[in-house]
This record gives sequence, structure tokens and C-alpha cells, in this order.
Amino acid sequence: MNYTVYYIVHLLTMFSIYAILGVSLNLVVGYTGLVSVTQAAFYGIGAYATALIAKTAGFGFFSSMLIGVIVAGLIGLLIGLVLSKFRDDYYVIVTVGFNIIAYGIFMNWHSLTRGPLGIVAVPRPKIDFLGLHLDFNNNLLFLALVLVFLALIYFLARFIAKSSFGRVLKAIREDEKAIQVFGYNAFYFKLAIFVISAGMAAVAGSFFASYLRFTSPNTFVLMESVLILSMIILGGLANLKGSLLGAFILVLLPELMRFVGFPNEIAAEMRQIVYGVILVLLMIYKPSGIMGEYKL
Amino acid sequence: MKNDKNIIEVKNLVKHFGGVYAVNDLSLKIPRGEVVSIIGPNGSGKSTLVNLLSGMVEINSGVVILNDAEKLKKIKSYEIQDLSITRTFQEVRLFEQMTVIDNLLVVLTNRSVFGSFFEVHKKYHLEEVERMLQRVGLEAKKNQLAKNLSYGQRKLLEIARALLMKTEIYLFDEPFAGLFHAMIKTVSGIIKDLRKEGKTVILIEHNMDLIRELSDYVFVMDEGSLLAEGEPDSVLKKKSVIEAYLGK
Repeated sequence: MNYTVYYIVHLLTMFSIYAILGVSLNLVVGYTGLVSVTQAAFYGIGAYATALIAKTAGFGFFSSMLIGVIVAGLIGLLIGLVLSKFRDDYYVIVTVGFNIIAYGIFMNWHSLTRGPLGIVAVPRPKIDFLGLHLDFNNNLLFLALVLVFLALIYFLARFIAKSSFGRVLKAIREDEKAIQVFGYNAFYFKLAIFVISAGMAAVAGSFFASYLRFTSPNTFVLMESVLILSMIILGGLANLKGSLLGAFILVLLPELMRFVGFPNEIAAEMRQIVYGVILVLLMIYKPSGIMGEYKL
Repeated sequence: MKNDKNIIEVKNLVKHFGGVYAVNDLSLKIPRGEVVSIIGPNGSGKSTLVNLLSGMVEINSGVVILNDAEKLKKIKSYEIQDLSITRTFQEVRLFEQMTVIDNLLVVLTNRSVFGSFFEVHKKYHLEEVERMLQRVGLEAKKNQLAKNLSYGQRKLLEIARALLMKTEIYLFDEPFAGLFHAMIKTVSGIIKDLRKEGKTVILIEHNMDLIRELSDYVFVMDEGSLLAEGEPDSVLKKKSVIEAYLGK
């Protein structure tokens, strides 16, 4: 694979991982109106669960991913139970707290996570089934696999958004007290979508750890959650295509910076500034985001 | 009061917000199948009573008895559908960033998480919504966002949403406020139809002509308590009622 193809495949892989994160968070923020800033925690849980289970227990990638999704879902359930006590600004602050706690655990539980050293040599997926042998050490094949999962998650999210369940989520977003009068216990609906979203984010984490063959706490900091949230606000809330667009912009922006002449070492930092400016302008001129169907 | 069977009885109901008693030791009986109006000056506790009956605010003390049998000291808002109660709000509460049709379809949805997840709205759901939109004259607006409707249209949509619940008890909190003549006719027609169907309507209203036209019985509240009750013509002539509205 020549360098240009390798580079494009890398960008598309990162886009796909962020797109999964964006789609998962949009279900919570865009469709249900719960401003959560803890998606990086579930992303991290997926990454660590896959890395640890695949390395220590010798499970295959897909089994490890499944366990990661279940673990993230269970932790999402616990966090969701706590979050049900909070609303609006307090809800946001508590989600921030959970991300900080998750980062603290990734960083300080040395015996499990190796702390700042992270976990190395995370295996790539392999398929050996009915005479089919696929080794995803090849980045192009790995990209194809992530795209398949992105498509699955996108269509699952679309199914949710268009279902009666999705319609109730939107009503909760619009007026939780009013929808309850019509016989819906909003608590269970909010909990369900939070758990589903956590599980989806864990899928992104599994792919991330396997793609880089490494995972460390620094990827799952609070800023990462802010970035994922910004991405869906930019692309558009309550619009799944908007999540894809947001992820596309997020991944391509630093690369564009490089092409317009910013040195590599400051391109990443400039990305944050340019991204911030875009968000401020968007909030002034189009607060629902580029393709959004809901305004916070 | 023609009917001696009560669908709702309120006994010694109290609701206070800090030191302010919005409903103070209120007792009243609402007969089944009638249109009962609750009137009184602003701040007399009418809307708080509706909020208590619909579980929007917690009861401090007292009891609500349904059908002369079921005694409730607590009412949860998401359980009032099971009690066959629905309501509209004094300040219209729609699902603003949803379409008109979705505002109605949402109340026809399966109430459980799993049930709603795999539910597909059937043709009869859509037909029912279309019929309701025609009844309130909003069929041309069905694909618009609720937030883009005029004030009167918003009120009508809220009433349509309540009607789709097909309950026994309808709590209408000032449904005529801010409506044009044609819309008032539509809503009063709906209330008359509900009475014909044997439903119970609890109406909070300030327009005395509409109260006379629609009500079988009237309760007058003042400062959270019951000031008077009776048939509209006799109650509205009482000196204490006139004084409560106009001042002594």
C-alpha cells in the first residue's frame, strides 16, 4: 500500500470510529435532549475491555468486543440510574464527573490498566469461519470491517429514531413532564437509550484499541467527550447524517490545516481553535447545526 | 347534579408551596358523565387542583377517591392514563420541535420500552390521527412543526391529543382562552360530544357564557377552598361568588 492510500485509509478509519461515537451520542443528546459529556468514558471502557480480554483471557476480537459492549452497557445502566436524579445543568455536570472518574480509573488502576503506560499489542480481528480466512492486520480490510459496523450501528440508530420508541424519546426531549401525563414513564426510556448509546460507544472503543494496537488513558479525557459533543452539534442534532458530517469535519480539519501550511506540531492545536470558532459562529447563525433538526 | 355516582371525590385535599396554601382542605364530589366547571379568580387554586388530579404536583394531604372505590393519597403523572384521566394545560404544552402528526401519534404508542421499540404504527393509527386532525381543523397543518402553529391552533392540537387518549375523565384547563369564535365553536362542540358519550369533563374557565352553556354543575374556588357549588345559573348569581370575582 503506498503512502497516499495508507493515509486515506487511516483517515477513513478514524472517521468511521468517530462517526460511531457521533451516532451513539446523537441518540442521547439530539433525540432525547440529555446533554451528556461522558461518551469518552464508554469509548474507553470498550477499548480497555477489548484490549484486556483479548490479551489476558485470549479471547478473539469479536468476543472481546461483545464483552466490552456488555460491560459498557452495565456501567451505562448504573450511571443512568444516578443521572435519573438530575436534570438540565446538573445533568451535564454529573456526566462531566463520570468522565473524570473513568479517566481516573484508567490512569490509576495500574494492576489492571497499566496506568499511563497503557496496554500494548492489542490484537487485530481475525475471521476463520467455514473456510473463510480474513486477517485484519491489513488496514484496508480493517477499514472495511469498521465501515460494516458503522453501517450496522447507523441503521440500528435510524431504526430507533424512526420507531415509536424514538418518537417517545423526542417527546421526552421536548417536554418530559407533559409526555408522562400520557402514560409514559420517562425514566425507563431515558435509561434504555443511555445504555444503548454506551454499548455503541464501546464498539468504537474496541475498534480504536485494535486499530492502534494500543490503548492509554489520554485518549479518554474529558476533552474527547467535549469534542464528540461538539461534533454532533456541528453536524446537526437529531440528524444521524449530521453525525457523519460532524465526524468527517472533525477528522479532516487537522489534515486541511496541514495542507494550508500549518506546521504539523501546531496543526492539532489550531484544529481546536478553528473548531471552537466554527462552533461559536454556528451557535450564532445556525444553532441546530449544519443538518440539525433540533435546537438545544 | 343529576348523577349520584361520583367518578372523582376529593376529601380534605391540601397543597401548599412553602407557606402559601394553593389548595386548602378542599372537599368536593364530581359526578360521572357530566361537565363540571371549576371557576374562581386567578390564584384561587383551580389549576393546582387539576395538577394534583393529574399527578403534576404532589398531594400534601387528603385523598382522591375514584369511582367511589379507589383511594389515592399519591398520584403519579405517568399512571393517570391507567386511571382513565387525561388533561390539557393552561399554558399550552406541545412537543414543539415535532410535527403536528407526531404530536398525536406519540400518544397512540405502546407505553413500554420494548413494546414501543418494535412497534410499527398501523394504518388505523394514522387514520385515527387524520380523523382527529379533521375534527379540530388542523389537517392542512399535519406536517408542520408544532412550534409554527398559531396560538389557537396550538390549543386545538392539545385538545386533539387529549381526545386521542379516549379516557373517561378529561381535565381541560382554560381550553377557550385566546381562541377565535370559530375555534370556540369547535371546542364547545367537542365538550358537548364528550358529554353525549358519557365522559366526565372538568372544565376550568373564565367565560361565564360558556360556563352557562356547557356546565351541568359549577364549583367556585377562592383562596384554595370551596366557596360555592351548584347549578350554573344559581351559583353565578350568588353574592359571595360575584364578590370573589369583582371584589367587595
